[in-house]
Amino acid sequence: MKVKSKSNDKGMSLIVKTITRILVGLILIYGIYIILYGHISPGGGFAGGFIVALSYILFMLAFGKEEILKRIPQKMISIFESLGAIMFLVIALLGFTGGYFFSNWLPKGVPFKFLSAGTIPISNIALALLEVSLGLFGIFLVLVLLKFAPKKISQTDGEGE
Amino acid sequence: MTYFLCLVLFCVGLYAIVRKRNIIKIIIGIVICEYAVNLFLVLFAYKINGRSPLYSPDQEITTMADPLPQALALTSIVIGLATTALLVGMAIRLYEKYGTFDITKINHLKG
Amino acid sequence: MKLIPLFVILPLAAAFLISLLGKQKRFFCDIASASITFILFVISLATIFNINSQILPMIYKVGGWLPPMGLPLVVDNLTAFMLLIVNFIAFIVSLYSINYMEKFTAKLKFYTLFLLMLGGMNGVLISGDIFNLYVFFELASIASYALVAYGNKAEELEAAFKYMAMGAVGSLFILLGIAFLYSNASTLNMADLSQVLSAQGTNKAVTFVGILFILGFGIKTAIVPFHAWLADAYPAAPAPISAMLAGVVTKSLGIYSIVRIFFNIFGVNPSFLNLLMFLGALSIIVGGLLALGQTDTKRMFAYSSISQVGYIILGLGIGTPLGILGALFHLFNHSMFKSLLFLNSGAIEYATGTRNLEKLGGLREKMPVTANTSLIASMAVSGIPPFNGFFSKLLIIFACIKSNHIGYGIWAIVGSVLTISYFMKFQKNAFFGPLPKELKDAKEVPFLMQASMIILSIVCLLGGMVMLPKISNYFTEPAKTVLVQGKDYSNLIFKVLNEK
Repeated sequence: MKVKSKSNDKGMSLIVKTITRILVGLILIYGIYIILYGHISPGGGFAGGFIVALSYILFMLAFGKEEILKRIPQKMISIFESLGAIMFLVIALLGFTGGYFFSNWLPKGVPFKFLSAGTIPISNIALALLEVSLGLFGIFLVLVLLKFAPKKISQTDGEGE
Repeated sequence: MTYFLCLVLFCVGLYAIVRKRNIIKIIIGIVICEYAVNLFLVLFAYKINGRSPLYSPDQEITTMADPLPQALALTSIVIGLATTALLVGMAIRLYEKYGTFDITKINHLKG
Repeated sequence: MKLIPLFVILPLAAAFLISLLGKQKRFFCDIASASITFILFVISLATIFNINSQILPMIYKVGGWLPPMGLPLVVDNLTAFMLLIVNFIAFIVSLYSINYMEKFTAKLKFYTLFLLMLGGMNGVLISGDIFNLYVFFELASIASYALVAYGNKAEELEAAFKYMAMGAVGSLFILLGIAFLYSNASTLNMADLSQVLSAQGTNKAVTFVGILFILGFGIKTAIVPFHAWLADAYPAAPAPISAMLAGVVTKSLGIYSIVRIFFNIFGVNPSFLNLLMFLGALSIIVGGLLALGQTDTKRMFAYSSISQVGYIILGLGIGTPLGILGALFHLFNHSMFKSLLFLNSGAIEYATGTRNLEKLGGLREKMPVTANTSLIASMAVSGIPPFNGFFSKLLIIFACIKSNHIGYGIWAIVGSVLTISYFMKFQKNAFFGPLPKELKDAKEVPFLMQASMIILSIVCLLGGMVMLPKISNYFTEPAKTVLVQGKDYSNLIFKVLNEK
């Protein structure tokens, strides 16, 4: 009996693909939770971004690289990564309105509520969702893609710091 | 005593960098050294009977462990990630050009 | 005053913008990087004029947090001196690489990495906190590892891997030293650290930290036991990056950090100064001897760099004000003429396609600008009056003899003789002599490369005038005073902080 679905011979076996379809969404939501609550509970930018990148990598390992490149094309990775870094720099520059570079210029609300602590949640989102996750995924993609194209002249993609 | 064991871990990594011939083993040596230094940084932050340095509204603060080296360790982990990624990428390209991972055979530059 | 964070913001913002928008127009990345480095050069000139009208250092509190709890950015006279050197050479190299990098693909990534490296170096110079210094140090190092491997040929990757493994070990030693220092003093701010350490007195932990820092920063400066990566990395990098590495990266990441930590935070003791003098003299002789047998021009310049950095370390190790003045002036001179020499060898490679001295010859009629500027640079390195190298070497040798270290003075003179011999070999083999048949249609390099080389050679010619009292009081004397006063640095910083 032929199973007609997306390319069945690439990626891993059917069991892995079924479980991954459920798990990727959960890992993504968990990562976004750690990013958004970074100013109240431990975590924050880098750890949350890493977890979101891990969800992309799990999807790529289970389904093959064409699937993930259909959803997140390569151009979008580099554009959004630079955009994330620029947004972080702009938020830091806007601190000049508070008097000093990098100061915390939004009103800080009641501690331990969600919308408190000034610019910290916004910089967490800009850094983690846009820069760290796509940067780490970009490194993984380049290290994998490099193997199949041995005659390329261009340099490897830089790390997003 | 724990600090001494951290330095022993650092020396194990240093031995791997200096004596091993495979490039991947050298990279693993650098990663071990880095773990040792991060562990050392975090261990220095502990005070006796201290709790984790999180501020919460319903607990009274008696002794907290020092949070500054934990932030330093986080930064150092990110830097280590960038170094490892660049080293591994370079090792892959070296394999393409020379066909081997053995550093005694990768010696075109002499003198 | 408000302009101090711009030294770090501008290169980082330009790097991210270039990586975002660079593919749209053809010349966007060239114009952007040249204009950003020119703006940085103008701001550093303004900083020098601003800081000499007041005697105290300028401090900028990032985020409004008060030190010792926050991160200060400190600019005093030594910092202003080095900022001028770094940004000037970055501007010249940026002009040069507009034409040179046409031969490589992926020019975009070159400019991104170059501006990231510049941002990291500026950050090392202005940081007032040891861990901030380490973070920017790593940023500049990682960008330079990627830039050395830029051309993707076999030898370049091997050289970059060697450089990177040694650099990673050096950084780990520095981080271990910072961890020990924090556990000893429980603060990371530089001024606070010097006060706490002088109140405690010397104990074994601080000596151990000192040795770890010499190991770590010494790998970056390429003093003699740790110089093994230099001879492979400099020829492998593209010529503008070799000029940056030789001219500013070893100075800013290596020598500035050693000087700031050991002279201003720990305080000098005679055993440490003896160690520096010994390492300096060893570097002069080993670098000079190894450079004599080379046939590759850039490899010869790399060993020559080891030798000249040995002069700087020897001058710093003497410890007297005259020695420190000579060392700082030699640092300025070495950046200028060594960058010029690397740009020249890049121009030779652009025009003829080879760097091997046995295949070159008689390029004098074909490439007049390159030949004349390289003659000026070679005479400046060898220490021929009235070029600038003569005055700085003279100061270092005088300082040796005046403080009764006559043996070291003789080693310095022997090193000078070695220098002039291998530069004569370079000049004869590359420019004088008969022209081989394969190089018959070598022509002069494009205009922007010529312009950058001419500007540097003018600075080499007029560099001797920096020793005149009027300019020297503005420029090098205040830098020397910062180092000579040693631990007083922390008192000055607290005085400025308490005034606000």
